Amino acid sequence: MNIATLLHMQPEVMLACFIIILLFADLTIRQPNHRILQLITIGLLLVHLATNLTLSEETLFGGMYHSSPMSSAVKSILTIGTLLVVLQAGPWIRLSDNNHKAGEFYILVFTTLLGMFFMTSAGHFLMFYVGLEMASIPMACLIAFDKYRAGSAEAGMKFILSAMFSSALMLFGISLLYGTVGTLYFSDMPEHIVGSPLQMGALVFFFAGLGFKLSLVPFHAWTPDTYQGAPTTVGGYLSVVSKGAAAFALVNILLRVFGPMAENWELLLSVVIVLTITVGNLMALHQQNMKRFMAYSSISQAGYILLAILAGATGTAALTYYILAYMAANLAVFCVINEIEQHTGGHVDRDDYRALYTTNPRLTLVLTLALFSLAGIPPFAGFFSKFFVFAAAAREGHWIVTFLALINTVISLYYYLLVVRAMYIDPSDNPAPTFRTGRLGQLTLVVCLIAIVALGLVSPIYETLCQAAMLTFGAN
Amino acid sequence: MEYTLYILLLPLLSFLILALTGMKWTHRAAGLFATGLLAVAALLSWTAVADYLALAPDATGVRPELLPFCFEWLPFGHGLGINLGLLIDAPSVLMLGVISTVSLMVHIYSLGYMKGERGFQRYYAFLGLFSFAMMGLVVAPGVFQMYLFWELVGVSSYLLIGFYYTRPAAIAASKKAFIVTRFADLGFLIGILIYGYYLGTFDFRPDPAALAAGGMMLPWALGLMFVGGAGKSAMLPLHIWLPDAMEGPTPVSALIHAATMVVAGVYQVARLFPLFVTYAPEVLHAIAWVGALTALYAAIVACVQTDIKRVLAFSTISQIGFMMVALGVCTSTDPHTGGLGYMASLFHLTTHALFKALLFLGAGSVIHAVHSNEMSAMGRLAGRMPLTHITFLIACLAIAGIPPFSGFFSKDEILTACFRYSPTIGWTMTGIAALTAFYMFRLYCRIFWGKASQETEHAHESPAVMTLPLLILAALTCVMGWVPFGTFISADGTPYEIHLDMQVALTSIAFAVVAIALALTFYLNGHSTVPTRIEKACPKLHQAAYRRFYFDEMWQFVTHRIIFGCLSTPIAWFDRHVIDRFMDFMAWSANAAGEELQPLQNGRVQTYMILFLGGIVALTIILLLAAEGMF
Repeated sequence: MNIATLLHMQPEVMLACFIIILLFADLTIRQPNHRILQLITIGLLLVHLATNLTLSEETLFGGMYHSSPMSSAVKSILTIGTLLVVLQAGPWIRLSDNNHKAGEFYILVFTTLLGMFFMTSAGHFLMFYVGLEMASIPMACLIAFDKYRAGSAEAGMKFILSAMFSSALMLFGISLLYGTVGTLYFSDMPEHIVGSPLQMGALVFFFAGLGFKLSLVPFHAWTPDTYQGAPTTVGGYLSVVSKGAAAFALVNILLRVFGPMAENWELLLSVVIVLTITVGNLMALHQQNMKRFMAYSSISQAGYILLAILAGATGTAALTYYILAYMAANLAVFCVINEIEQHTGGHVDRDDYRALYTTNPRLTLVLTLALFSLAGIPPFAGFFSKFFVFAAAAREGHWIVTFLALINTVISLYYYLLVVRAMYIDPSDNPAPTFRTGRLGQLTLVVCLIAIVALGLVSPIYETLCQAAMLTFGAN
Repeated sequence: MEYTLYILLLPLLSFLILALTGMKWTHRAAGLFATGLLAVAALLSWTAVADYLALAPDATGVRPELLPFCFEWLPFGHGLGINLGLLIDAPSVLMLGVISTVSLMVHIYSLGYMKGERGFQRYYAFLGLFSFAMMGLVVAPGVFQMYLFWELVGVSSYLLIGFYYTRPAAIAASKKAFIVTRFADLGFLIGILIYGYYLGTFDFRPDPAALAAGGMMLPWALGLMFVGGAGKSAMLPLHIWLPDAMEGPTPVSALIHAATMVVAGVYQVARLFPLFVTYAPEVLHAIAWVGALTALYAAIVACVQTDIKRVLAFSTISQIGFMMVALGVCTSTDPHTGGLGYMASLFHLTTHALFKALLFLGAGSVIHAVHSNEMSAMGRLAGRMPLTHITFLIACLAIAGIPPFSGFFSKDEILTACFRYSPTIGWTMTGIAALTAFYMFRLYCRIFWGKASQETEHAHESPAVMTLPLLILAALTCVMGWVPFGTFISADGTPYEIHLDMQVALTSIAFAVVAIALALTFYLNGHSTVPTRIEKACPKLHQAAYRRFYFDEMWQFVTHRIIFGCLSTPIAWFDRHVIDRFMDFMAWSANAAGEELQPLQNGRVQTYMILFLGGIVALTIILLLAAEGMF
C-alpha cells in the first residue's frame, strides 16, 4: 500500500479535494458569492470530467474498492448529469432565501456524488453501504433546502424516514447474506451462493434497499411527495443522477454477487418491472402538478432501466445508454420546469403551461422535444435507448415482460403528449409571460437538446459503451 | 481523395443554412450563396474525376476502388451492419462529375428562371438537399446507404415537384410521384433484406464464400431491387408519375426528372452488374425486355403529345429504356464480347444527362418567353430566340443520333450491343431510335418554325444567366462523343477501345435521317395536312396514344375499384368498429385504473412503509414458491 495505489481511485480522491476547495472558497469569498461559486463548481466538474477516464481494471484495499472501464464510464455520465444540474441551478439558488447558502448546496451535491461513486465502485458490502448512506443523507438536506417552505421540509422528512427504513431493511438483507456465506467481499460470494431460501430472503431485502433509491413499485411511494416538495433542481438531480448510480450499483451486484441466483432475480425483476412501469404510468395519467407528474414519469422510466438490468450482462451497454438518453431528456424537462417556476412565481401546474407556445416558443420547443424523447419517438435519443433495451431483453428471452413494457410506452405517449397539447393547442386567457432564460440555463438546454438529437444518430457513442461493457462483464 | 467528402457536405450545408435561415436572406444573396457552394462542389468533383483518372492502373489496366471514408453506422450483430461512407471508383466518380455539372448549370439557370418567385430561398434549399442526396446515392459503398439516399432523393423530388404548392395539379403530381416510387421502393427494401440475410453483408462486393452459400436467393433479391429501380427510372408500368412530375419548375425537371434521379435505376443495376450477370442473367434479360418495351411505348406516346415538357418527359422514359436495354443484353463482364452494353449504358447515361438537361433548359427558356407549355402557343421562335434555337437544335441532333454529336456515339454502342445479343432487339431499338428522331424534330419544328401564334409576338431571348448554361451544355454535347469513354469505364474495369461498327452506324444514321426528313416535311412550314390526315385515318390509335394508352386509367381502376373498393372498405369497417372500440376500452380501463390507484398515495409515510414491507414479503413469497416449482 503506497500513495501510488491511491491514484487508482483518482475520481473519488479528486472529488474529496473538490469538496475541501469549495469549503474554503465559500468561507473566503465575500457574500453574496452564489454566482462565483457556481462557476467554480462548473470548472471543477469539467476538470473532473476531463481527467476521469481509466480503462484498466483495478482492485484496492484488498478488494474493498473495485474500478473497471464500465464504472469509469458511469462516473463520467454521473458527472455530466451533475454538471447539467449545477448549470441550471442558477435562477433558484439566486433567490434571497438561498443565495447566502449556495456553497452548502454545491458541497452537498458533491458529497452525494462522492457517495454514488463509492456505491458504483464498491467491492464489499460495507463499502457499498457507506456509499449508499453518503449519497442519501446529504440528499435529504438537499431536498429540505428551501427550509422555510413547508413543502420542502415535509419532503425532506418523508425522504429521510423512508431512506432510514429502507436502509434498515437492506442491512437486514445483507446480514442474512453474511449469515449464509460468511463474507462480505463481492468476489468471494458467488461460490457460496446456492439459492437457499435464506439467500432468497436476503436478495429481496437487499433489492428493496436499492429499489427505494430507484423508486420501483412497491418501494416508490415516497417519490411523488418528495419530488413535489423538493426544489425543482434537486428533483432533477434525484431523478437522474441518483437513479443512474443506483441502477449501476444494482446491476453490478446482481451480476457479481448474485450471479448463481440469476433465475431467482430474473423472476423478481420481471414482477417488479411490470408493476413499476404499469403503476407509474397509470398514476401519471391524472397528475396536474408537473413535478409530481415527472415523479411518476421517472418511476415508469425506472422500470425500463430495470428492464435493461434484467437482460444482465447483455444489457449493460443498453442500460448505460438508456441512462444517458434519459438524463438528457429529463434534465431538459426539469430545467424548463424550473425556469417557468422561477419566472412565474411558482407556477408548476400543467394548466399554467397552456398556450406557452405563444409566449415562449423556443422553450416550448425544447420541452416538446425532450418529452418526445422521453416517450420514445424516433429519431430522438429516447427511441434508440428504448429500442436497445427492448432488443437486449428480447435477446435474453424475456418476451412477456418486453411485450408488457412495449404496451406501456403507448400509455406514456399519451400523458407526455398531454403536456405538449397544453402548450400548443389548449387556449389560455393568461399564458405564462415571455421571459428570457439565463445564459447558463440556455447552455443546459442547448447541451441537452444536442444530446437528445445526436445520441441516437451518432453511432460511435453506443459502440464505445458496448466496448466498455465487454471489457467489464465479458459480454456484448 | 479525402476531399470527396466535401463534395457531399457542401450542398448539405447549403440546404441546412438556407432551410433554417433562408427567410432572412434576400433572393439574390440566397441564390448566389447556393450557387457558389455548388460551384465549389463541382470544382471538387471535376478534380476528383481528374485525380481518379490519373491513378495508375494495374497490369490488366484496372484502376483501384478507393474507400476514402467509411464507418459502420448501425451494427446489427452477426457481422451484418450498415456502413456509411464513400466508394470512389469509375462509375461513381463519373456520376459525381455528371451530377455536379448539371446541378451547377441548373443552379445558375434558376437565378434567371426563378427570379422573383415566391419561395426562392426554399427552392435553392431543396436543390441543395437534392444534390446532396443524389451524390450520396452514387458514392454509396453498400446497398443500404444507396437505399437511404434513394429515399432522400425521393423526398426532395416530392418537395420540388410540389414547389408551386398553391396549384392543385402540382400537389397531385407530387403525391403521385412520391406514392408510386415509394410503392416500388417496397420491392427494393425487401430485396435488400433478402440480400443482407443471405449474403451477410450490405456491401456491393460480397464475400465469395457467402455468395457460394447464398447465391441461389440472389435472383430474387436482385429482381426485387430492380422493382425499386424501375419505379425511380419510370419503367413500364410504373412510369405514370414522370409525365405528371413536369408540374414542377422546369429547371427541376432538367435536373431531377431528366438527368440524374431518374437514371438512379440504371445506376443501381450497373452497380450490381457483376452480381446480375453472374448469378441472375435471366433477370438481366428480363430487364432488357422491360427496357425495350418501355422505350417503344414512350416513343410512340411522345409523337402525339402537345405539351412540350410532356414530350420531353416521354422522351426521357424512352431513353432510359435504351440504357436499361443496354445493361440487359449483357452476357458477360468482358467488354469485348458480351459486356459491351455496360459501357454503352453508362456512356449513354452521361451523354443523355447533358443533352436532355440542355433540352429541358431550352424548353424552360421557351416557356419563360411565351408563358405556356403548349405547342400551339409557340412557333416561329427561331429568329426571336437565336441562342435557345441553336442550342436546342444541337441537342435534338444529339438525341436523334446524328454524328458528330454525343448521342450518336453512345446510341451506336447500345445498338451494337443489342445486335450482338439478338437481332430482334437490335432492329427494334433501331426503329425506336428513328421514332426518337421523328418526335424530337416534330417538337423542334413546332417550337421554332411552323406557324406563329399570338404569344410568340412578344417573345424575346432569355437573359445571359439562362443562356450561358445552354451554351456550356451545348458545347459539352458537341465534344462528349469524342471522349474515349471505354478506356475509363467498362464492365470488368479493363480499358476498351471504342470503334464504330460501320454497318450499325450507317443503318441508324439512315433511319434517323429519313425520320428527320419526314418530320421536317410534316411540320417545318406548318401547312402540311399529312399529320391531320393520318390522325383522321386512325382516330382510335391516335386517341389511345394521346391518352398514354390508358395506363393512368388502369392504375386508377386497380387502386380505386379493386384495392380501395373491395379490400379497404371492409378493413376500414373492421378497424373502426372492432379495433378502435377495443382501443377505446383499453384507454378507458387505463384511465379508470389510474383513478382507482390514487388513494394509495395518501401522503402518510406510515402507509408507504406498510406498502414497502408488504411488497417485500409478497416478493419473497413469490420467489420461494417459484423455487418450489409452484408456478
